[in-house]
Amino acid sequence: MKVYLDLFVSWFKMGLFTFGGGYAMLPMIQREVIEKHHWATEDEVMDYYAIGQCTPGIIAVNTATFIGYKVKGILGGIIATLGVVSPSLIIITLITALISNFSQLEIVQHALRGIQVAVCVLMFTAIEKLLKKGVTDVWTFLIFAAAFLLSSFTDLSTVILVILAGIAGYVMFTVKSRKKGGEQA
Amino acid sequence: MSTFFLMCWEFFKTGLFAVGGGLATIPFLQEMSAKYGWFTVQDLSTMIAVSESTPGPIGINMATYIGNHMFGFLGGTAATLSLVAPSVIVIIIIAGMLERFRDSKAVKGVFEGLRPAVVGFILTAVVSIYVSSLLFVDAWKASGSIADLFNWKALLLFAALLAFYKWKSKVHPVMIIFIAALCGMIFAF
Repeated sequence: MKVYLDLFVSWFKMGLFTFGGGYAMLPMIQREVIEKHHWATEDEVMDYYAIGQCTPGIIAVNTATFIGYKVKGILGGIIATLGVVSPSLIIITLITALISNFSQLEIVQHALRGIQVAVCVLMFTAIEKLLKKGVTDVWTFLIFAAAFLLSSFTDLSTVILVILAGIAGYVMFTVKSRKKGGEQA
Repeated sequence: MSTFFLMCWEFFKTGLFAVGGGLATIPFLQEMSAKYGWFTVQDLSTMIAVSESTPGPIGINMATYIGNHMFGFLGGTAATLSLVAPSVIVIIIIAGMLERFRDSKAVKGVFEGLRPAVVGFILTAVVSIYVSSLLFVDAWKASGSIADLFNWKALLLFAALLAFYKWKSKVHPVMIIFIAALCGMIFAF
């Protein structure tokens, strides 16, 4: 029983003290999961993290499920996940109540419109970073451009587009590795 | 009631297909806003700002915010659980064949295609946020004059903040949001 409680409390803390998710979470995971509770080794955590990035869903949740599952099976996975999402649920619920109570005020409206500009700035730099990581050659650029154009100018749903992108990636990877194989031979 | 289940289903789909972290959920949310009108693009922008300035994974924050926005606390909880359910299921399946999954060439290939594509999808969603925050499309359509299209105040603030953020890259995003809120109040955006 205590293990379940530990899992919940630990992941609750990790959810509470990380801003932005993703890599911001690694130092906390290191302290809680590796050093304090010895639930996994550093290599395992890095593996989970890498896999969490290429499986659907929120990376933090994927990592929590992995470690919870490793410690205590399916129930462990679920409890770790509930732990990591609970702080968000509580905090955001409070903030939503605040915003909906005050959003009619003119001064708040002005502030929110200013904040929208800040979001434009933050998204600008976020996309820049993602481009640097994701677009590394002509092939990946073509996929990026096709994805942008198709999602902007057609009615295809994002779900369909994600599936198409996965297929395109698989084809690209196969062609590329064949070429490499050919050159070596 | 049926809208409630539809919302849960949409978040379940988002959780199942948003690969690559929190920002990857934004295109799905923008699609939800365009398709059902549950919230506006401005709401989406506010949600991003709230998520960036509170702890916790961005995707979870957005789901909680939208669920709350639509159906109160119960909605926030249901949206969040719907979003994480596919992850939990997929990971539990994968955990049993960790090594095979990690070393699989097919998985690697699929992911190499998804990574740049997701950037393209996010860019599309972000363009719609830019249009709603920096331009006055309605005023332009009404008057037909191109001068009415640009929200000069917002564009100026955008340029200034971007320059500042580039110059001081260590500044926390919350600081940028805070400065922008102040400017919005002072200059009556």
